[in-house]
Amino acid sequence: MSRMPAPIQPSAPDVTMKSQTSPMQIAEAQKTAAGEQSKLSTTNLNFYYGAFQALHGISMQVYEKRVTAFIGPSGCGKSTFLRTLNRMNETIRTSRVDGEILLDGQDIFKIEVSELRRRVGMVFQRPNPFPKSIFDNIAYGPRINGSISRSGMKEHVEQSLRRAALWDEVKDKLNASAYSLSGGQQQRLCIARALAVNPEVLLLDEPCSALDPIATAKIEDLIFQLKDSCTIVIVTHNMQQAARVADYTGFFLLGKLIEFDSTTVIFKNPARKETEDYITGRFG
Amino acid sequence: MTLSLRRKIMNGLMLTLTGLSTFLAVGVLLFILGYLFVYGGKSLDWNFFTKLPVPVGETGGGMANALLGSAKLLLLATITGVPIGFLGGVYLAEFGGSTLSFIVRYTTDLLNGVPSIVIGVFAYTVIVIPQGHFSTLAGGIALGVMMIPIAIRSSEEFLRAVPLSLREGAMALGASKAKTILTVVIPAAKGGLITGIMLNLARVAGETAPLIFTSFGNQFWSPGWEQPTAALPVMIYLYAISPYEDWHTQAWSAGFVLLMLVLAVNIIARAILSKKGHVPR
Repeated sequence: MSRMPAPIQPSAPDVTMKSQTSPMQIAEAQKTAAGEQSKLSTTNLNFYYGAFQALHGISMQVYEKRVTAFIGPSGCGKSTFLRTLNRMNETIRTSRVDGEILLDGQDIFKIEVSELRRRVGMVFQRPNPFPKSIFDNIAYGPRINGSISRSGMKEHVEQSLRRAALWDEVKDKLNASAYSLSGGQQQRLCIARALAVNPEVLLLDEPCSALDPIATAKIEDLIFQLKDSCTIVIVTHNMQQAARVADYTGFFLLGKLIEFDSTTVIFKNPARKETEDYITGRFG
Repeated sequence: MTLSLRRKIMNGLMLTLTGLSTFLAVGVLLFILGYLFVYGGKSLDWNFFTKLPVPVGETGGGMANALLGSAKLLLLATITGVPIGFLGGVYLAEFGGSTLSFIVRYTTDLLNGVPSIVIGVFAYTVIVIPQGHFSTLAGGIALGVMMIPIAIRSSEEFLRAVPLSLREGAMALGASKAKTILTVVIPAAKGGLITGIMLNLARVAGETAPLIFTSFGNQFWSPGWEQPTAALPVMIYLYAISPYEDWHTQAWSAGFVLLMLVLAVNIIARAILSKKGHVPR
């Protein structure tokens, strides 16, 4: 597997306006990004944990078959934002959300939540395989959704493991416990598990933060391969990772989307002072 | 007196006190075990497991009916107590947080503190009096009621111990809350849940008071569920308060057997827990 350089995307036409541009205007401007198809779009999204407002008026686009990365210091709301995209935050009792999120133009709050989560899969910060066999972990999603026939399951599991580049390592021990795998393998198992329900979008919440550099490289390679078939949104603490894997990057600070643009622009020629300060390591 | 000397004396004093307490606590258990081994083990023979009790003066009697009676009572107790306790535990662990679950938790703890003889009187009033006779059924239900509070709390604890990340993993794949609980949470907690039930069983296996009013006792076999039945703890009580030496010996044997059964269940339960309970947090 070779590491590809981050592809250069055409940047939005009007990012020349500097500093006084509000985050929202930038997001609006992004709607016109040349040649891209919007997969997920949010408009004026606010999110509250009880009385605390964690997200302030986020408006942005996630483009189809592209990798979008969210960067920002700890507690800036990037994970919270990611978890609103598949309504995972609804499990938190005191949380509240307002604003609009569209998946292919359809309001996600009007889609049945389990269907939404089938279409928008998620991989978490720490590998969380079920205490079941490797096979049963992958087969879990298709089984509860009844999407794959019993006879086709074996093939489907193999295909999902291949998509996650894990097949060769586990093909001889599909009945072994998922806990017998290393951390990096467990995380790829979780990716394979998410892929097994054929999601249109895959949300990755700091998927490499618990992994060593080699396992991280494998996951990044995987992201390159997956973006042909999937729209990927990744939250990362690691700026180099965003620069390596993402086509588009959004910078979050204190619950606001400060800047969103193609990764090249964000890292080479950011429009906002805060972005530049963060990228160059002046804070965060 | 210097400070350091005072500390040294205090340290020595406290060490002696805690050591002595530990020794007494463990010592009592070892004393009981040793006594039962000596007195119960020596008179134990095969007849104990195969024969019915015999009248005073005859030799070669056993307690086969009490062994079977205890087994039937415990089976009935499991059937009545465990489903209620388990489902209650699922409610508290997965849907709790409301005022209702506070009330449930509180009353469960109160129920756990109710003296077992009171539970016996309860079963007597509710089942024995309407039916007009003592029965295995009444005894089994009395023991089942005794199992409920611990079944609820142990199920709740073991379900709660299943990490949130596993639940989120299932829900992120499109599983509903009910599906998540059924297909991920309960299987992950299975070892603990089984252990909880076994320890609970071992605890009620030795209960005597709830049975005196309910299953009463029987010197013969008790077919079906509608007749009074012998049970090991009640047999121990009846034989131990009798004035006959050979019945005393039988009571020792019964105590020894009961203790061995409880001990075996405990050891098996711990073994299951240590093997199954390694879901990382």
